[in-house]
Amino acid sequence: MPTVGHDRLRKEGPQKLTGTALYVDDIPVKGIWHGVTVRSSVAHAKIKGIRFLKGFPWRQAVVVTAKDIPGENCVHLIEDDQPLLADGITRHALEPVALIAHPDRATAYNALNFVEINYEPLPSVLDFEKSKKILKTFSIKKGDAKKAMKKAWKKVDTTFRVPHQEQAYIENNGMMAWFEPDGTLVLQGSLQCPYYIVKAMKPIFKLPEEKIRVIQAVTGGGFGGKEEYPNIISGHAALLAKKAKRPIKMIYDRHEDMSATTKRHPAVIKHKAGIDKKGRLVALDIDIVMDAGAYVTLSPVVLSRGILHASGPYECPNVNIHASIVQTNTPPNGAYRGFGAPQTLFAAELQWEKLADASKIDAVKLRERNLVKIGSELSTGQILKESVGLKKCVDTVLKRSRFTALRRDHDKWNKKKTSPTWRGVGFASVHHGSGFTGNGEVFLKSKASVTLTKSGRFVIETASSEIGQGSMSTLCQIVSDALGVPYEWVELEANDTSRVPDSGPTVASRTCMIVGGLLYRAAKQLKAAIEEKAKKIPTTPAVLKEVAKKLAGKKSVFRITTEYEKPADIEFDDTTYKGDAYGSYGYAAIAVDLEVDRTTYEIKLNKIWTAQDIGKAINPLIVEGQIIGGTTQALGWAVFEKPIYKNGVMQNAEFTNYIIPTALDTPPMDVVIIEEPYSRGPFGAKGVGEMPMDIPAPAVCAAIKQATGLFFPEIPVTPEMIAAGIARKG
Amino acid sequence: MQVKINNKNRSFNGTPFKRLIDVLREDFGLTGTKEGCSEGECGACTVLLDGKPVNSCLISICQVEGAAIETVESLGLPEKLHPLQESFLREGGAQCGICTPGMLMTAAAYLKAGGDPSPDAIREELAGNLCRCTGYQHIINSVAKALSENKK
Ligand code: FES
Ligand code: FES
Repeated sequence: MPTVGHDRLRKEGPQKLTGTALYVDDIPVKGIWHGVTVRSSVAHAKIKGIRFLKGFPWRQAVVVTAKDIPGENCVHLIEDDQPLLADGITRHALEPVALIAHPDRATAYNALNFVEINYEPLPSVLDFEKSKKILKTFSIKKGDAKKAMKKAWKKVDTTFRVPHQEQAYIENNGMMAWFEPDGTLVLQGSLQCPYYIVKAMKPIFKLPEEKIRVIQAVTGGGFGGKEEYPNIISGHAALLAKKAKRPIKMIYDRHEDMSATTKRHPAVIKHKAGIDKKGRLVALDIDIVMDAGAYVTLSPVVLSRGILHASGPYECPNVNIHASIVQTNTPPNGAYRGFGAPQTLFAAELQWEKLADASKIDAVKLRERNLVKIGSELSTGQILKESVGLKKCVDTVLKRSRFTALRRDHDKWNKKKTSPTWRGVGFASVHHGSGFTGNGEVFLKSKASVTLTKSGRFVIETASSEIGQGSMSTLCQIVSDALGVPYEWVELEANDTSRVPDSGPTVASRTCMIVGGLLYRAAKQLKAAIEEKAKKIPTTPAVLKEVAKKLAGKKSVFRITTEYEKPADIEFDDTTYKGDAYGSYGYAAIAVDLEVDRTTYEIKLNKIWTAQDIGKAINPLIVEGQIIGGTTQALGWAVFEKPIYKNGVMQNAEFTNYIIPTALDTPPMDVVIIEEPYSRGPFGAKGVGEMPMDIPAPAVCAAIKQATGLFFPEIPVTPEMIAAGIARKG
Repeated sequence: MQVKINNKNRSFNGTPFKRLIDVLREDFGLTGTKEGCSEGECGACTVLLDGKPVNSCLISICQVEGAAIETVESLGLPEKLHPLQESFLREGGAQCGICTPGMLMTAAAYLKAGGDPSPDAIREELAGNLCRCTGYQHIINSVAKALSENKK
């Protein structure tokens, strides 16, 4: 019986539900010591000296500074600009300067009170809008935006601002490290990308890849926040393990995790748009600036995805986009679900409200005249050849929400003096490229395997990490259907670099489509090999075992490994930003219904309708869970979440003052999955993980506009902002 | 000091101000209870104290002397799930799973009390347990399903 398209139970569910799943802090290791991080307290300074003060039993502890690093003091990523431990200079507050380990966790933390760093301050740049240090720029040009803008019937010019966002996984970052007797460095912890860590450890410890082993513990959420930062914790834990000659565990507390680790890049987007008399988009002129923080981390790739989504899912013949990312003396920003796209799509979508005001044509109607369809050309010149479900998404949401009628009802309600609230419903639609940008997948050359063991078990080998998104079940479903065997017959090898090949990182909504695609091919080849020996796929374990023995021969398993192959007709030019930026796109539409209290200005989210075209839902329940979860994070960004900085230090680095949505804040959601299959995705699947993050914020602002008449080109929209806006209006 | 943990009498001789969560995890190896914030905000550390959900990160062991504590380990086993766990599995109530033990304990008390099965009432009840993955809807469905099956 086929499993794809059905809600198969989560493979790892029973362990997670009974408290038997082992997250990094749950794994018992004898004789382990606890590591803590000494961090700088100023944004930019020369470090004159570090003093370890009297009063702490330093003899019981191990201390590491930059001079203990055996190899390069650098966290290898895109650029090698970030030191593992600050050496002589700190470029942002909370930069790691030294490390301490002690047998007792509380004592280790207490040691931090006995360290003093002396600084000689240097000039610092904290506000990215004032930064002149540009780390990377990209441009997209199509047609003649300047000329077209001049000729446009109506044009608008708005500056949009979006803030940092904390991933706020409920499990903080954590890692264990130890050295095996043969010198192998082993790291086990909460992480998304095991092979990133292998590559980052190599130059630090001057070890060959075979001597570095990374194991994923059960991971309590990532959302991008455990993509690159675990490289740093791994390096730290390993340095302590080397010096202490024993296993080390580093578990961040909430305050440290929130204030010191990566966040979504804040952005300012100057967005000009022009339409003709028919309401067709004729010109876009967009300038994007993002804040990298003190080091490059993944910023160029975030910026790239940002610029590639900046024109929205619309046709426009004349586009001019410039994007740059600048350096500040603040903790580096990094990967977070959506990866640059939520920032630029916020501007692209909310601008329709301005265009509607200027043209007196309804914002949804305007969009409908411009939606991309098969044959449309995007800003990079990419022609959409297949799998474009945008119109279906839009129609579905408009119908299910009774959008037009609801808006009318709300207008009536808002006119009544006696109504206790103002009501509004807002709309947005987006696209999101699945998989790595441009030639990213070509460079990655990801691999994945399906094996048949001698004992007759099918085992998937991949470095894709289950971080809550359901990849275990999804991949097992793809493989079991490709093989034509029951779901229960397929299992996943532990995510351990000594046992699985490099399938690339667990990012960019690529696991299901790209890695799933590799596994699909491997499973099909395995099936053919089995059929050669047995005529047909065995239906009983006993027969399977016989075939397995024949196939494996002298080896313990029969393995098929596949590697990513670039489809011949997908071309992207990294230098000109022309061509097929992504093999396929997901599409989504949303309507957000809310009301604002007329006395307290509090916003209450009432209902969400969304439809999302993801090609094929391998496991509809898991997909729905991704959509609802991602939408909720985006709603938080729209109305609650804003890290507040003072002197480059986050001031609200706790759940008491960094507010994420609770069950009470989150509205019921009506979710419809649209399936416009993508010919190269396994069973037609495209990506799903990130798109839900792209879409809610502009719809929230549009709804607030209907409710209050106030247009906020920035988030989060708070009751204080509404109060001030109302006061201004008089 | 005597405490009843998951129906077993246990004695604890360490420092009386040790946090309940640390005693459970470190002294009794009950690592099902999770720590998300250490300040009573996230609910990941929720256990039942004489049947009522509490944040075990905010309580010291001396405050629960003689009381009965229940943790997620008291519910079911992977091969034999408690009906509440079963409905979380079927309805998609757990994704990364880190909030799940706390969520389950709050829900278990609600279930035992025969709580109101309406989604609004369940949202109210679970408002002290943060989840960053699910957006709560599948958790609400899971609890509602367990409640309705309990009635049958
Ligand atoms: S850890 Fe106790 S409430 Fe968060
Ligand atoms: S399932 Fe991940 S935090 Fe709730």
